[in-house]
Amino acid sequence: MTRKKTDSSPETSEYQLCLTEKQVVEAKVNKKLTSEEKIDLYRLMMRIRRFEERAVQSYQRGKIGGFCHTYIGQESVAVGTLSVLKKEDQAISAYRDHGQGLALGMNMNECMAELYGKWTGCSKGKGGSMHYFAPEKRFWGGHGIVGAQTPLGAGIAFALKYQGTQGVCLCYLGDGAVNQGAYHEALNLAALWELPVIFIIENNQYSMGTSQERSSAGNPLAKRAEGYGMRWAKAPGNDLATVRAYTGAALDYVRETSRPMILEFDTYRYRGHSMSDPDQTYRSKEEIAEYKKSSDPIDHYASILEKEKVLTAELKDTIDKEAKAEASDAADYAEESPFPPPEDIMKDIYWETDNPDHKTSEGTLFFNSLND
Amino acid sequence: MAVITYREALNQAMSEEMDRDERVFIMGEEVAQYHGAYKVTQGMLERFGPKRVIDTPISETGFSGIGIGAAMMGLRPIVEFMTWSFSYVAFDQIINNAANMRYMSGGLINVPIVFRGAANGGVNVGATHSHTPENFYANAPGLKVICPATAYDAKGLMKAAIRDNDPVCVLENTILYNDKGEVPEEDYTIPLGKADIKRPGKDITIVAHGRAVITALQAAEELKAEHGIEAELIDLRSIRPLDEETILESVKKTNRVLLVEENKPFCGVDAQIAFIIQDKAFDHLDAPIGRVSAIDAPQIYSMPLEKIQLPNTDRIKRAALKIL
Repeated sequence: MTRKKTDSSPETSEYQLCLTEKQVVEAKVNKKLTSEEKIDLYRLMMRIRRFEERAVQSYQRGKIGGFCHTYIGQESVAVGTLSVLKKEDQAISAYRDHGQGLALGMNMNECMAELYGKWTGCSKGKGGSMHYFAPEKRFWGGHGIVGAQTPLGAGIAFALKYQGTQGVCLCYLGDGAVNQGAYHEALNLAALWELPVIFIIENNQYSMGTSQERSSAGNPLAKRAEGYGMRWAKAPGNDLATVRAYTGAALDYVRETSRPMILEFDTYRYRGHSMSDPDQTYRSKEEIAEYKKSSDPIDHYASILEKEKVLTAELKDTIDKEAKAEASDAADYAEESPFPPPEDIMKDIYWETDNPDHKTSEGTLFFNSLND
Repeated sequence: MAVITYREALNQAMSEEMDRDERVFIMGEEVAQYHGAYKVTQGMLERFGPKRVIDTPISETGFSGIGIGAAMMGLRPIVEFMTWSFSYVAFDQIINNAANMRYMSGGLINVPIVFRGAANGGVNVGATHSHTPENFYANAPGLKVICPATAYDAKGLMKAAIRDNDPVCVLENTILYNDKGEVPEEDYTIPLGKADIKRPGKDITIVAHGRAVITALQAAEELKAEHGIEAELIDLRSIRPLDEETILESVKKTNRVLLVEENKPFCGVDAQIAFIIQDKAFDHLDAPIGRVSAIDAPQIYSMPLEKIQLPNTDRIKRAALKIL
């Protein structure tokens, strides 16, 4: 990793949430975990990784087109943060959304089929890699424009508060998005209106091919919260327990005060920004290899569970094989699924035209048709 | 029927819908304590309280996005832009998040939101504050766009927009805010996509929207007085959806058509309407389609020149006589 894990601010600010190692271990979200639940978390990370590795193969075979941003290396952030949610909590993400989607319970078939542009995809082949949606699983997308999802996340939190629920919205963004105006407007409004939203910066160190040093003034990125009177924290994102402890503490704080917060997790992506990024100009192979060797979140969690005697070599192998098989089956499912029929181009545009029994408007909504 | 202003009609529409549905709320710059930069939200804070009448900072991207996020969750926000000129700051939110959301999610999500505010030139405020972006927004499948010209239409269309389950852009006009008109006491809505014949006639069809309707109506009366010409004036009221049928029926009757809008000509709303008319009523045309738009330059500040730049009765009459 290019940036040291310790942040540059020597003193702890009154706005900063810091947990000691002991507090992480003893955090209620960690302490209450049963062995089975730990295995489930491990399995989920492995499933995300194997899913994406399979997606990479399909992309390389020309089965998946367009932009495909993989999450490989970052799995502990999605799994750690989303595994401590309560049922009324919601989540929204940017374009690197496969990890969050799967972590919220979307199945591999609908996710893989969406990458293939198939009718059985979660968005019927209309969204692609960057636009997974599963509102019934509390996942509000998958958004392609950098930073543009952050006002939406604040809006989801606005609705949760307006409706009188105790829910909190987790709004994910990358380290590149912190320099978008939309994000700063969202921060100001969230703090001003005391909206229950946690902005989670997944700092994978590179805004596409531009390192944090070359793109962002000030460090840590989360510390910008202080300008808005918000609490913040920065923590290593490759340790699942740490991610869960910080997210749990942030959720408690936000639920209790209805004030927003920023969490920044250091993480790392193993592949290029997207599948079309040859990844040869802005970082070294050695850097990637070193991170994989020393800090891989899945290996790291496996070693902890092995020490705890929760995970055996045999079980680890089984989980891996099952995840690979599930991903492979998902690719078969996507392959065999039909493309949407041409008529589908004209569907899902207006609620009203999709629900003709409730149509209230008159006149022409579309100015040509497939038959023209 | 009560005679009220266009401004009061909008206020009544929003207030009645907020009475009717707890999920409806309004946010925007100066909408609450200041009662609206153009006083459209007068009295609403006192009536509905700060939870539902919300002053925002000057952050069009931020509060538009918050409105969209809230609408995704089932609320029904009204987002006021002080003027639509400032909506350009929020263009990405309106196009990518409001208009595209349903499509990108394969129909899983809808965005029942109203974006509203004034969109007009003619008030001596220069190019940055005089935009009429109905063509930009109507270009985006997923959005609906309406431009009411009278108090009656403003109330009925606004209520329909708030009840609509899709995102609707309501383009109002500061010059019309004080115009008075008859408005029924009882609840009514006007369906989006239904044009209104503001003046029947047989010699030429004039199609207009927004304040151009008022200007064209005056021009039509002068054409009658000065030349004995009976112009039929169609007020589109709604840009998308568009009432093609009313336009085409009128063209088939008069065989001549003049399109009038306050927008700039290139890729304007009337460019599309001209295409539709030649496509679907070509054999009924006895003359080329005429067109009057704002003079094709950024909006000028200087007051007497801006009056020349926008469609006025003289230009409309001249253009009509050219094709008669």
